[in-house]
Amino acid sequence: MHLLVCAGTGCHSSESDLVYEMLRDEIERKGLDKEVQIIRTGCFGFCEKGPIVKILPDNTFYTQVKPTDAKEIIDEHLIKGRSVHRLLYTDPETMEHVLDSKHMGFYKKQLRIALRNCGTIDPENIDESIGRNAYQALGKVLTEYSPQQTIDIIKQSGLRGRGGAGFPTGLKWEITRKNDADQKYVVCNADEGDPGAFMDRSILEGDPHSVLEAMAICGYCIGATKGLVYIRAEYPLAIKRLKIAIAQARDYGLLGENILGTGFSFDIGLKYGAGAFVCGEETALIHSMEGKRGEPSNKPPFPAQSGYLGKPTNVNNVETFANVPVIILKGTDWFSAIGTEKSKGTKVFALAGKINNVGLIEVPMGITLREIIYEIGGGIKDGKKFKAVQTGGPSGGCLTEKHLDTRIDYESLTAAGSMMGSGGMIVLDEDDCMVSVAKFFLGFIVEESCGKCAPCRIGNKRLHEILTRITEGNGTQGDIEKLRNLANVIKDTSLCGLGQTSPNPVLSTLDNFMDEYMEHVYDKKCRSGKCSSLLYYVISADDCTGCMACKRVCPTHAINGERRGVHWINQEICIKCGACMDKCQFDAISLLNDYPREMADVISN
Amino acid sequence: MITLTIDKKKVQVEKGTTILKAAHKAGVEIPTLCHFELCDMGIENKPGGCRLCVVEVEGRRNLAPSCITEVDEGMVIETHSTRVLNARTTVLKLIISDHPFDCLVCAKSGQCELQSLATQFGIRSMPYEGEQSKYRKDSSPSIIRDVDKCIMCRRCEMMCNEVQTVGALSAINRGFMSVVAPAFEMNLEVSPCTYCGQCVSVCPTGALTEVDHTNDIIRFLADPSKTVVVQTAPAVRAALGEEFGLEPGTLVTGKMVTALRELGFDYVFDTVFAADLTIMEEGTELLQRVRGHLAGDTNVRLPILTSCCPGWVNFFEHNFPDLLDVPSTSKSPQQMFGAIAKSYFAEKIGVNRNEMIVVSIMPCLAKKYECQRDEFKVDGNPDVDFSISTRELAAFIKKANIDFLNLPDEDFDDPLGESTGAGVIFGNTGGVIEAACRTAYELHTGKKLEKVEFTELRGMKGIRSATVDFNGLDLNIGIAHGLGNARKLLDDVRSGKSNYHAIEVMACPGGCIGGGGQPYHHGNSEILNKRAAAIYTEDERKIIRKSHENPSIIKLYEEFLGEPGSDKAHSLLHTEYFPKSNALTMHLKS
Amino acid sequence: MNQISEIKTLADLKKKQEEVRARITLRDRAESPDSLVQVKVAMATCGIASGAKEVMEYFVEELDKRCIDAVVTQTGCMGYCFAEPTVEVTLPGKEPVVFGNVDPEKADEIIECYIKDGELVDGIIPQNYNTI
Repeated sequence: MHLLVCAGTGCHSSESDLVYEMLRDEIERKGLDKEVQIIRTGCFGFCEKGPIVKILPDNTFYTQVKPTDAKEIIDEHLIKGRSVHRLLYTDPETMEHVLDSKHMGFYKKQLRIALRNCGTIDPENIDESIGRNAYQALGKVLTEYSPQQTIDIIKQSGLRGRGGAGFPTGLKWEITRKNDADQKYVVCNADEGDPGAFMDRSILEGDPHSVLEAMAICGYCIGATKGLVYIRAEYPLAIKRLKIAIAQARDYGLLGENILGTGFSFDIGLKYGAGAFVCGEETALIHSMEGKRGEPSNKPPFPAQSGYLGKPTNVNNVETFANVPVIILKGTDWFSAIGTEKSKGTKVFALAGKINNVGLIEVPMGITLREIIYEIGGGIKDGKKFKAVQTGGPSGGCLTEKHLDTRIDYESLTAAGSMMGSGGMIVLDEDDCMVSVAKFFLGFIVEESCGKCAPCRIGNKRLHEILTRITEGNGTQGDIEKLRNLANVIKDTSLCGLGQTSPNPVLSTLDNFMDEYMEHVYDKKCRSGKCSSLLYYVISADDCTGCMACKRVCPTHAINGERRGVHWINQEICIKCGACMDKCQFDAISLLNDYPREMADVISN
Repeated sequence: MITLTIDKKKVQVEKGTTILKAAHKAGVEIPTLCHFELCDMGIENKPGGCRLCVVEVEGRRNLAPSCITEVDEGMVIETHSTRVLNARTTVLKLIISDHPFDCLVCAKSGQCELQSLATQFGIRSMPYEGEQSKYRKDSSPSIIRDVDKCIMCRRCEMMCNEVQTVGALSAINRGFMSVVAPAFEMNLEVSPCTYCGQCVSVCPTGALTEVDHTNDIIRFLADPSKTVVVQTAPAVRAALGEEFGLEPGTLVTGKMVTALRELGFDYVFDTVFAADLTIMEEGTELLQRVRGHLAGDTNVRLPILTSCCPGWVNFFEHNFPDLLDVPSTSKSPQQMFGAIAKSYFAEKIGVNRNEMIVVSIMPCLAKKYECQRDEFKVDGNPDVDFSISTRELAAFIKKANIDFLNLPDEDFDDPLGESTGAGVIFGNTGGVIEAACRTAYELHTGKKLEKVEFTELRGMKGIRSATVDFNGLDLNIGIAHGLGNARKLLDDVRSGKSNYHAIEVMACPGGCIGGGGQPYHHGNSEILNKRAAAIYTEDERKIIRKSHENPSIIKLYEEFLGEPGSDKAHSLLHTEYFPKSNALTMHLKS
Repeated sequence: MNQISEIKTLADLKKKQEEVRARITLRDRAESPDSLVQVKVAMATCGIASGAKEVMEYFVEELDKRCIDAVVTQTGCMGYCFAEPTVEVTLPGKEPVVFGNVDPEKADEIIECYIKDGELVDGIIPQNYNTI
């Protein structure tokens, strides 16, 4: 019997380490240590309900386990064979406990390729990885295939870059291979910067060897002997596990000189990023690795021609690499059978927002947004109405109801005005204001723009300022047109992918939610009530007793009215602090997101 | 060759050509802002940052920046479609929206490339009003940074890092707040800045300008108790005319002298005189060292490095503090002039040095810093009181409503106005060492030099070497202009690989004619070539072309200094160097 | 972690994999439980008291020895306390069958006859309810 305790960052920070120790001690105390293995694994993806403890072989899935639950799990489950029901996952629809992970909606529709070992093996023990086929693909490639044959396999598989742009991976390798140089580099892009996205981190924390192995395979293909992982310094656990993995692989001779006696040498080092979003762009990443300012440069030259230290460099994302060994071992037919015509395999998404099951999911390309949101995600929280889903990270677009049945892949998302990106997926419900959402994402871009090119540096700032103005009720005629022109020009003229996609949240909300923009600008109304400047405190003439309590408490003297007479609030002075509403004992004050016309008439009279 | 179509015109260019250059060949001029090029020097800045040069390429998803996009076979390009014009105008408006609207009082007004673009694009309204980035102003002895006006073209950064390898300026901060500044947004004064002023000479806006001393000078010119003496560097006469609309390379020596007299200077002298004096001292030092070396004296340091250029002096004090005994100890001509003016000449006319104001007109910004150095002061009174640039002089002449173009030609005053062709060529790269050779040859061999032009020492290549035959003694000479090139030669000296006897270094590309205080060349390297040619013309026109034959110099030694290298000459005309630990490094350590 | 010995060839790597595979076969199998033989031993108080633990260990060891890909799990009380230890065996694609009064000897018979050849043996307890 195996007890898998999640030691990914999410669970780790909710004391999964302590859970592990308590379970281990309890197992020892009960003398079960011969029959029961307890393993600290990478992320299970279901982070919202962490810490997770999974028990094999029956796949019992315990959620939100506390250290104090350890004894009960051992006593009840291991010794008496009874599930600890209160720790089981409860289906939000049926409100019933689900006994094992195979029957959880969250996992049912998933197909875990890149995440195949996350939550299954101990990432700090290379033997567990080897037991799950690690380095077999490397061995196969080195002994059976030429570099070109290997590249052909990757090309045929249809694998495309998982970092966002979806460039065919095999083709990228081939181009780098064709550029002659005395030294080439394989770079793994682990600079995951989308807010709320953590697929790369999870892979590196849960299955570092799959990435190391793929980098070595890539090195063999392009003719490089050096690999570098560019990882953000904010990922201490991933860094620690990578370091352990590299050391163990070196000890085994699976990295270093003359790997598996084939004469192929390859070693991997780490480079730390300081956490700039733009450093996920490959040219900026390379500049950062060279110790320069992390900002992109024009392509061409592509890194494949002139990359790290001016040498041909192949940059792939963590998730892309994680797919490679499986493709080699299982074959291109198996892989290309999954997915859509142009997008093969699976994609990992970080599912977040107003959804029941928040977490990390891996799904086959071609799945619909509806399946993801309603089946895997368990639907919208608190039974609210779905409004939009924002895909592709901060510079992705917002998709609506009408896109829910689109089979998602690189092309369909772009056609819908969003993008695959690195796999962020944020679900919005009826309570979300789409202008505020656009403003929120623009705010992130303004923070993260490197400042190199004018349209991104200044344009996004101006976009953000206009959006701020609109959400504060100061939008004027022409603002919407300005937004659209500016967004189009930024998209058309920016230097790198960040700038070229940064206006997507604005453009897609303009396309899909124009009515909300119009309401903000012309009616000074925010239908979801998110824009506090567009809310109105109103005193009901029927309920007001004229006690003057609200009038006394108002800091800006916005309330008028005589004792025992009906009071009213001067909206021009009101700062929406809400003090009056708190004070009123007669529930006479209410907060409206639309100023009642008749009220205005009364006042003007 | 690649054939492509630009604005319906077919054009053939070599592979690797950018769209911008191909368009130029097709007679289509595309507006640029951050792009900057001095072709002859191999200096180019194309970060692709301003995005004003975007064009529409058929089949491409977005617009292409023409300055960095290389042509492809069969490309079809439109440079002024509605989409392009809208994009350019919008981007330009964005740049202007984060730029102060103080053109009327800006030092760069009339010369500002952003202003010209706004005119060209007919910008009449500002639809994108919003926050403007604000930074601290920073004033150093030579350069003022008003980076509210920085548009992130990165030209200065390229100059400072790639060309000069000084590393004082680089982009800091991110996004909207990003700006070019010294590390940690410290003051330029504590950075390794050499005040070479190349950043100022390429800045398209008023973000980097020189410290203006014109008003100080006006104050002293109005003070009858002061004797105000002015000296003019050789490179000024070859460029000043440009500010008045004359063709680059027009010599305006005589008009300049007249203008300075009209401005009220009591004595109008020539730094070229001091250049001749420099040759006397430096040439003697060169011969002493070479002879000592040949005699087997192991204490002699070779090569000898010229020390006329204050930017260069700052550079080696910062970067090669272990080699401070290598450069010549001779002061720069500016400081030699000041020292002689406030001693020999002041005595001659019976004026106390404290009542004498020495002004220098220089093509240089580092000279402003140089004249403030403590070792060039006597009891706190500087040998040179103020140094103003060619640009400042032009502005001063305009301010005084002097009709420069119609001025008659006049001659410099005696005795510090008499000069030779050898002193004049100090303005060009290679000129100092050529002038030194003219004198050292005759001093060493005792023979008359028949052909005074050492053409092997001339040219615009960044690093040049030549071997000059001193009647059997082969002198290996190295020349570098641009501090990055100088660094290469100095690295060789440090590692013992250098086999030069003498090296001339000028901080600015082209030498003083390309100095940081010269009229803006806006990236036209033809202007620099014409100025250099003018300097050689001035040399050819001179009757006396060897420094040691300058009668006033001969007289100066007879009456006052004695021999070159004498004790008196040493105390007045030589200096020492100080290691400059980077103040920033010290600040960070503390 | 096991002692470090360098892996010099692909054969070494395969050997190493064989060595360490046992550690994780259980996890491999758990990925696709429906394609394997599933043996569930009722391990509630009544089962344990009647020797279920011993039976379970017997199944784990013997199935492994006889190279049968199977998942042995414990489960709670099936309600047949009169016949403990009870064992539920599910062959791939078939309905589960529950055996009562299983001891190691009976277990051997279940493995040899039912699991290997699909022949039913004595002691089947008819199921009187459906599970969801």
